[in-house]
Amino acid sequence: MYSDKVMDHFANPRNVGVMADADGVGQVGNPVCGDMMTFYVKVKDDRLDDVKFQTFGCGAAIAVSSMVSEMAKGKTLDEAMAITNDLVAEELGGLPKNKMHCSNLGADALHEAIKNYRDRQAGLPAEAPAAVDLHEHESCACPYCDTALEEEDKTFCRACRVEFEECPACGGITKKGDAACVHCGKPLAGKG
Amino acid sequence: MPTTYFDHIAATPVRPEVFEAMRPFLTAKFGNPQSLHAAGREALAAVDAAREEVAALVGASASEIYFTASGSEANNFAVKGMALGQQARGRHIVVSAIEHSSVLNAVKALERSGFSSTLVPVDREGRVDPADVEKALTKETVLVSVMTANSEVGTIQPVAEIGAVCRARNVLFHTDAVAAAGNIPVDVKSLGVDGLSLAGDQFYGPQGSAALYVRKGARILPLIDGGIQEGGRRGGTENVPGIVGLGRAAALARAEMPARTAALIPLRDRLLDELPRRIEHVLVTGSRTARLPHHASFCVEFVEGEGMLLFLDMNGIAVSSGSACTSKSLKASHVLLAMGYDHATAQGSLVFSLIDGTTAADVEKVLEAFPPIVGRLRAMSPLYTTYLKERGS
Repeated sequence: MYSDKVMDHFANPRNVGVMADADGVGQVGNPVCGDMMTFYVKVKDDRLDDVKFQTFGCGAAIAVSSMVSEMAKGKTLDEAMAITNDLVAEELGGLPKNKMHCSNLGADALHEAIKNYRDRQAGLPAEAPAAVDLHEHESCACPYCDTALEEEDKTFCRACRVEFEECPACGGITKKGDAACVHCGKPLAGKG
Repeated sequence: MPTTYFDHIAATPVRPEVFEAMRPFLTAKFGNPQSLHAAGREALAAVDAAREEVAALVGASASEIYFTASGSEANNFAVKGMALGQQARGRHIVVSAIEHSSVLNAVKALERSGFSSTLVPVDREGRVDPADVEKALTKETVLVSVMTANSEVGTIQPVAEIGAVCRARNVLFHTDAVAAAGNIPVDVKSLGVDGLSLAGDQFYGPQGSAALYVRKGARILPLIDGGIQEGGRRGGTENVPGIVGLGRAAALARAEMPARTAALIPLRDRLLDELPRRIEHVLVTGSRTARLPHHASFCVEFVEGEGMLLFLDMNGIAVSSGSACTSKSLKASHVLLAMGYDHATAQGSLVFSLIDGTTAADVEKVLEAFPPIVGRLRAMSPLYTTYLKERGS
């Protein structure tokens, strides 16, 4: 299921650890979806002199964090900000489809750490920001078959061939055209 | 490296005796049981004999056993067939919050055509209180479905007590005994059930062999409409080799259950006692007393299940996890959430399910290999770092 490169970075992750004197700290994720990442950066002459991370999550999340740390080290801040989650996945030889959404947050965590460093430079409070929640957890999976939904199109389940809408009452996704929400049972707009 | 297999709950190896019983029906004895010639009659006799064995395993009559292709099919057949068969009386179903998805999603499917349902909660150990089932019953209730034992946390439910509640209110009661049948004694009469699902791949039978018991007189509509197979209640040519294998596995389970249980319980208990002793912040999930004999499950705090599973696999140990990351849906186990575990803890779920033949040495291998794996993953975990900081060390 995972490429050899992913397994290598999972089993032997590079740059794991906590940095006590970090210049910037960034956190993303939430244990609801299973992945949390914390990135620490040390900056020297506008370059990432050192990068460390900690990750709670699956093999993909750990491999992604390790790869991001390796890609970012030595880069200028602007270059590091140009690293995208997709580039990281590509560098790892691809990730399973259902992991692209929840586990591939490493670049975001790195960017949060760089933003935190820049905020500190600008004289803003030096506290590490709280974890940034990057997506709606309610919409991760089809409520009928539990298949993870596509990042680009959360309004359709390919497995069930069902179209969704968001329930105005509870915010969950439910079948479009149904009389009531599958989660909260409230009647849907325009229906009885 | 030889794999030490601790994922019985996903699949068991087919016993050699089972394979030998199946072999002729995969080769020379290929007759269709519905054919009137000698080859057909031979296949029918084999299917009938298997039906007797499966019936004997659960204390039923052979005429009350319907073969299916999986435990999920048996559950769908029971839930949909019984609910739709009673809908003139009412359209309300009661199920526990920790049922298998083949029960929960069958209920959801019925809800889309006008049924309603009530989910009965479970306690911290994953047990349903029969009084809660009674409270959930309404005048409209036509079916209750509560599993015999849960595959993620090993807890055995008070099925007989729930059966008594349903009988007193004249409501049909189905139990998903897929994880239980063949592993613990299950008797349809003393449990007071109208329907019971079981699957051969949980007790050394082949995959694709399963059955539903339906009490004589209980009304059920077919899930698969077709010919006259299975008394007209389940169309489709019989899976003769699978059915023969299921029958042989049922006979072996009945004969060997006391010996298997006696061998498994000390090994299970060694895992349940020793892992939390060797690693801090490891919680046993499910009941310690009402528990499947081959099932040890845990939540390891501050780490996620898939990482543990992959590292154990590298050490030649196969286990399963109920963590979000190992599921296709990336959602935490509905079982652990219903039991009151928070998301982060539920992500650290790990299930060791033993098989007949698991040795003390296999268990020691886990006890040796596992602590350093947890240590390694915790060293990477921001949740553990936060915990240590808050604890002040």
